[in-house]
Amino acid sequence: MRAWITGALFCTAVLAGAGAAQAEVRVHVTYLRHEAPPRVVLSNLDPVPADLGLAGAQLGRLENATTGRFLNQSFTLDILSIPAQEDILVPARIALARGDILLLDMAASDQTAIADLDPTTLMFNVSDSGDALRGAQCRANILHSALSARMESDALMQVLLSKRWTRLALMAGPRPDDHSLAQLYRDSARKFGLKIVDEVAWTFDTDLRRAANTEVALLTQGLKAHDVLLVADAADDFARYIPFNTWDPRPVAGRAGLSAQGWSPAMEQWGAAQLQARFEDLAGRDMAPRDYAAYAAMRSIGEAVARIQTSDQGRIRDYILSPDFELAAFQGRPLSYRPWDGQMRQPVPVATTRALVASAPLDGFEHARNPLDSLGVDAPETLCTAFKD
Amino acid sequence: MWRLSALLLISLPLSLQAGEIWITNEKDDTISVIDTDTLEVTRTIATGERPRGITFSKDFTRAYVCASDSDAVQVIDVQSGDILNDLPSGEDPEQFVLHPDDRHLWIANEDDAIATVVDVQTHKVVAQINVGIEPEGMAVSPDGKTVVSTSETTSMAHWIDTESHEIYANSLVDARPRHAVFTSDGAQLWVSSEIGGTVSVFDTADQSLITKIRFEITGVHPDLIQPVGFEFTADGTRAFVALGPANHIAVVDTATFEVTDYLLVGRRVWHMAFSPDHSKLFTTNGVSGDVTVIDVATLTPIKSIKTGRYPWGAAMRP
Repeated sequence: MRAWITGALFCTAVLAGAGAAQAEVRVHVTYLRHEAPPRVVLSNLDPVPADLGLAGAQLGRLENATTGRFLNQSFTLDILSIPAQEDILVPARIALARGDILLLDMAASDQTAIADLDPTTLMFNVSDSGDALRGAQCRANILHSALSARMESDALMQVLLSKRWTRLALMAGPRPDDHSLAQLYRDSARKFGLKIVDEVAWTFDTDLRRAANTEVALLTQGLKAHDVLLVADAADDFARYIPFNTWDPRPVAGRAGLSAQGWSPAMEQWGAAQLQARFEDLAGRDMAPRDYAAYAAMRSIGEAVARIQTSDQGRIRDYILSPDFELAAFQGRPLSYRPWDGQMRQPVPVATTRALVASAPLDGFEHARNPLDSLGVDAPETLCTAFKD
Repeated sequence: MWRLSALLLISLPLSLQAGEIWITNEKDDTISVIDTDTLEVTRTIATGERPRGITFSKDFTRAYVCASDSDAVQVIDVQSGDILNDLPSGEDPEQFVLHPDDRHLWIANEDDAIATVVDVQTHKVVAQINVGIEPEGMAVSPDGKTVVSTSETTSMAHWIDTESHEIYANSLVDARPRHAVFTSDGAQLWVSSEIGGTVSVFDTADQSLITKIRFEITGVHPDLIQPVGFEFTADGTRAFVALGPANHIAVVDTATFEVTDYLLVGRRVWHMAFSPDHSKLFTTNGVSGDVTVIDVATLTPIKSIKTGRYPWGAAMRP
């Protein structure tokens, strides 16, 4: 017995001498996915990868583990992916019983239900972009590494305003989420002083792959004079058929043409080329915004654990929300989290499929605290109260 | 015979006085050679793909260049500009440092989380050491006993024993460390953190942090002040720190660690090199595609020199 104790002490001393932390810090994360029902869209060109989001989390774990090797910290990642018709709370309870940090890839209502099962467990929303989960429905234990659609919409408007393309026409699809997106575009346009001069509803149910050339021209023929045509197509269904089929020769923005999203395969500055290469090696495809959100969540955990040397979830959360936290994540500025709603602050790439046009916030969009807070819901406007002490 | 000595007489004084700054152009696969007296580009030398780190052999007869996308370190004859041979470098070499033995190059392999040690005489890889993700900065202590590798995504400086090739200490620094240099007496190690916006100064004896240098420029948001390359003056009293997209060079008093001046240069300033007499400093400005020449005595920019696309590394040859 005595010999055993001495042996254990000796090991600890050697590790400390080597500059590592005394005891190994083990961090367990579960990626919990409630699979979405299949999406029916016109084009077959861009199937949704089976490992969307998951691959980003896996890359983040690998990078955390590499850093952890020098600090005596280990990181595991379990993946639980549940079909749409099954109850997500069952696997959620399993992961919670293990004491894991959770990455949530599911609808907002699922996320709040899981958050309420254990308010002491730290969770990251890596998929939902809605205002509700960051506003009235926010939970103190859910941080958001997924960008809000409002941040993306604000980013797009900043870029259009910087080009003085301020007269916008808006085309919205028929689904409820298309209408929500159209409303976001209206809100952001008003916020930055752009004008939506005309609107048209997308109503077609023909196969646009054959008819876009004639139908879109007719649909857009009557629009009042505009600089840019915004397309509100939340499911990425018809937007791809709009550019170069309009009556007037106008650029298209929104879900086609110029897009604002949390990540773009066209990113190559700020070391992004290296991240893209590592992701491609791992997943065999381009990194999508959801992969980036999951990657950023894992890296946020890893960064916090490296700095404060603990797996205590409450302390990790507090550190991530503190002014000391900075994550280098290939966007040219450090990422951090908003203390009023847990939303990750990040620059938003505004890009075509082949090149970055601008990274918002642009010069001139100042903010008393941080220019990144010119995107999305700022502290004075938030409906979230869960983060108040 | 008579003709030969006349030639020597003519060429000798020229080569003694006029130093050169060699600039690697990352997006042109070339080196621009700048004459430090005339401040003109005198030669353009073709390299492998995406040249970044550059240094010279101790006798300045050979240049070593990291051709990142060719996965090689290229050895260039400085007179002819010909590539003599490629050295095995591991994948994606970005920066490196030549050991005081003039024989071993210590190379950061950015895509592989590895540091590679290459013998420039035998052209053989001597060792590969696992380091953090995206290793970049490489520094060697003046006594040659320690090499430090910084890894950008791991935010660490790894202290490596050059005899055993083992890491003997790891120091966490602020986010995205890019460059590391020992002071000439070997007592301190300086590490720049691009996203953290700081330069950390370590005591080499016990790897403890002495101080963190911070920067502040009126009208530039702190997030955009991103220290990358830096160099010390010959007398060691000042450090010049490139601040990336802030488009400035900071001048730091090495005794007080205070920033005494900010000098406006070109866009996205990366690295720098002094003229042989240390009277001029040449900075590479990646986005504007030029080099700013700074008069060190008066701390004023005196000229911009157009180079190739995306100038990155800089090294001086007397």
